[in-house]
Amino acid sequence: MQYRSNLEKVLKTEGFAVTAEIGPPKGCDAEKIKEKAEIVKNCADAFNVTDNQTAVVRLSSFGSSVILLDMGLEPIMQMACRDRNRIALQSDVLGACAVGVRNILFITGDHQCFGNHPGARGVFDLDSIQLIKIVKDMRDEGVFQSGDEIKFGNPNVFIGGAANPFADPLSFRVDRLEKKILAGVDFIQTQSVFNLERFNLWMDEVCSRGLDKKVFVLAGVTPLKSLKMCERMKFHVPGVDIPDEIYNRMKNASDPAKEGFDISLELIKEIKKTKGVSGVHITALFWEDIIPSLVSESGLL
Amino acid sequence: MIITKQKDLESIICLIQKDPVFIVGCSQCATLCKTGGENEVKEMVSILKDKDINVTGWVVLDPACHFLNDKRILKNHKDELKKAKKVLVLACGNGVQTVAEIIDDAKVIPGLDTLFLGEIKRANEFEKRCNLCGECIQYLFDGLCPISRCPKSMLNGPCGGSINGKCEISKDLDCIWELIIKKLDNEKKLYLLKKIVEPKDWSKSLVMTR
Repeated sequence: MQYRSNLEKVLKTEGFAVTAEIGPPKGCDAEKIKEKAEIVKNCADAFNVTDNQTAVVRLSSFGSSVILLDMGLEPIMQMACRDRNRIALQSDVLGACAVGVRNILFITGDHQCFGNHPGARGVFDLDSIQLIKIVKDMRDEGVFQSGDEIKFGNPNVFIGGAANPFADPLSFRVDRLEKKILAGVDFIQTQSVFNLERFNLWMDEVCSRGLDKKVFVLAGVTPLKSLKMCERMKFHVPGVDIPDEIYNRMKNASDPAKEGFDISLELIKEIKKTKGVSGVHITALFWEDIIPSLVSESGLL
Repeated sequence: MIITKQKDLESIICLIQKDPVFIVGCSQCATLCKTGGENEVKEMVSILKDKDINVTGWVVLDPACHFLNDKRILKNHKDELKKAKKVLVLACGNGVQTVAEIIDDAKVIPGLDTLFLGEIKRANEFEKRCNLCGECIQYLFDGLCPISRCPKSMLNGPCGGSINGKCEISKDLDCIWELIIKKLDNEKKLYLLKKIVEPKDWSKSLVMTR
């Protein structure tokens, strides 16, 4: 069996994968991303590079992916629909595939009002589901969105998507995952899990519909570094659900970083036991150096 | 209706630069928005006079976007217009251009910002309802439009930012996808949303063409 990527191989042969996020720097100094990559390089099967996350301009996910490839790491290049229309998105899929990117994850993207250029015009020519379907058709049918034929090489990529089990309305959240599967997604990374109860509700529904057999679900984990970060995520980041219990633990902790780390360990332990979950996706926002101890102490390595 | 908002007074005065000015209002949308009806035009006249700006005259066009009608009405104000160096238009972006097409001697300046095509909820409360996209797809969503009402114009929503029925960009904005789902659910037609809505054909839209 030929696998498109190492991530696909691990998921299909071992049944459980670890991915970690490497946030590109605010500038073109390649050393910055290389330093982060060095820290986490042995901790995961593939590495997400975000696409101007929360609409803040950073080194592009394309450029970052090329740097990781040069280091021998496997990128999961993220692409958002916010900044590019269907022409640019399809072109960048071809470009990324041409230089060796084999996993691409497609999202609609945070609204530009959250970023450092709130005056920018959002594109949103497509949404994530439409883009996933377009790339699936490029890969499997050899056609562009217009129906025009791809002449020299279909992009043979492992297609990723995101899901937020914590957003509303709950019942439709699984319908929407089903829609992404219909569109052609191969793997899903979820929004960071803090509310286990809600995550389990969502996963139960995923499994009862048999969707865990159709897509690999990697549960998001974010270690909380400080109370400030916890508060920012709880109150200001759209779509994040931090229960009061975790918030209070962070608030009362004498060493919040240690507490945040312990919470992550507990969450990973529970997530590993959850039926239908195929992996863990670690997003340690600006705290990449915690990832090695997190994966070793949680037994993910 | 075209929803407009008056520019702040300082920038209007800055654009007039103490020149003699003729003021134009509009009998329709800007009247309903209370931004360019007779009352607002008269109020603007008195404000500008207080600032020692010479207001040579005023008129409320019926409506400002009607070229031939404007031409006829403005002819009656020939002398007042002749004395003016600026024409302040309290109408939508269309009204500004229609007036500018007719008037040669004075510089036409907009007094309003044009916001959107929307609905009057109640007095002075407006909500966006249409992006003039060129191909109406509301039959898919039971008379609700995600192109104009979702800030990401998602056709396969909702995104992950929909919380408690509100949009991630503002707690004052209903998530249109929540409304679509509720409405279809009530009618037992939620299955309609299982189908992927294909990318929109923007060639039908005239926004980027003519």
